[in-house]
Amino acid sequence: MKNKFIIIFFYIFFIEPSAAEVNNLESKIFKNLRCIVCQGQSIAESNSDFAQTVKIVVRDKIDQGDNEKEIYEFLAEKYGEWIIYKPKFNYINSLLWFSPYIVLVFGGLLIFKYLRREKH
Amino acid sequence: MKISFLKIISISLVAFALLVFFLALNTDKRYSTEKIVGKSVDNFEIIFLNNDEVFKKQDLSNDKFHLLNIWASWCLPCKKEHSILMALKKENNLKIIGINFKDKKLNANNFLRELGNPYDFSLSDKDGTKTILFGVYGIPESILIDKKHKIISKFIGPLDVNDYEDILQLVNEK
Repeated sequence: MKNKFIIIFFYIFFIEPSAAEVNNLESKIFKNLRCIVCQGQSIAESNSDFAQTVKIVVRDKIDQGDNEKEIYEFLAEKYGEWIIYKPKFNYINSLLWFSPYIVLVFGGLLIFKYLRREKH
Repeated sequence: MKISFLKIISISLVAFALLVFFLALNTDKRYSTEKIVGKSVDNFEIIFLNNDEVFKKQDLSNDKFHLLNIWASWCLPCKKEHSILMALKKENNLKIIGINFKDKKLNANNFLRELGNPYDFSLSDKDGTKTILFGVYGIPESILIDKKHKIISKFIGPLDVNDYEDILQLVNEK
């Protein structure tokens, strides 16, 4: 009886979470993939044939042990980076990544200077 | 003349915003699978339409070009391009591989019986997962592969007379 409890305990706390983790990874990847045959929908939201196929492929890749990055790279190689919502960090995309911070810093400075001038 | 710090920052911010807009608007965001052109075909294993044997990348010939044609009996544009495929069948330097996409075997065979069979090999991708390897997102699509198993051209949509001439030229010039 005691052994059964131990087995159930380990199952609930160690095996079940790993299944949940796979599901989380799946849905995270689906949400970050663009359904290229739909209007503004992700693979997670779409019921199109293409989305259903991509879901099967992503699941197969996870089962084969591929990680999130490898799955994105595989699909980007076939369909271009356009299929991924979150842009990859590279030389071309760096402006996109840094522009909010640049605007924040310079905008802050602008407001600061303006308010100080108003005071005087 | 003293330019205020406020003005410099304002002008810089406007210039920066214009630069971002300029770069963003000049980027081509249209989807294209042409990125796979020039790349070597990935390893693949696709089951035959009429038996359980598997066709692999290693089964591609080294002395002929291959045209992978993704089709289905329920696809009307596939009917439209069928005469082009039948004409390409006569080309000695080219083998045509038909990948039947998300279709019923019976319907696929009826289609080929009625319109003629242009394929040297008829394969089947029941759930559409195999053709993801070729960047397929709709059918018909055709992919031309050279003797070194490199993708040299991709045709999205039904093949037409211009595509036919392009294929003949590519197959016979290399």
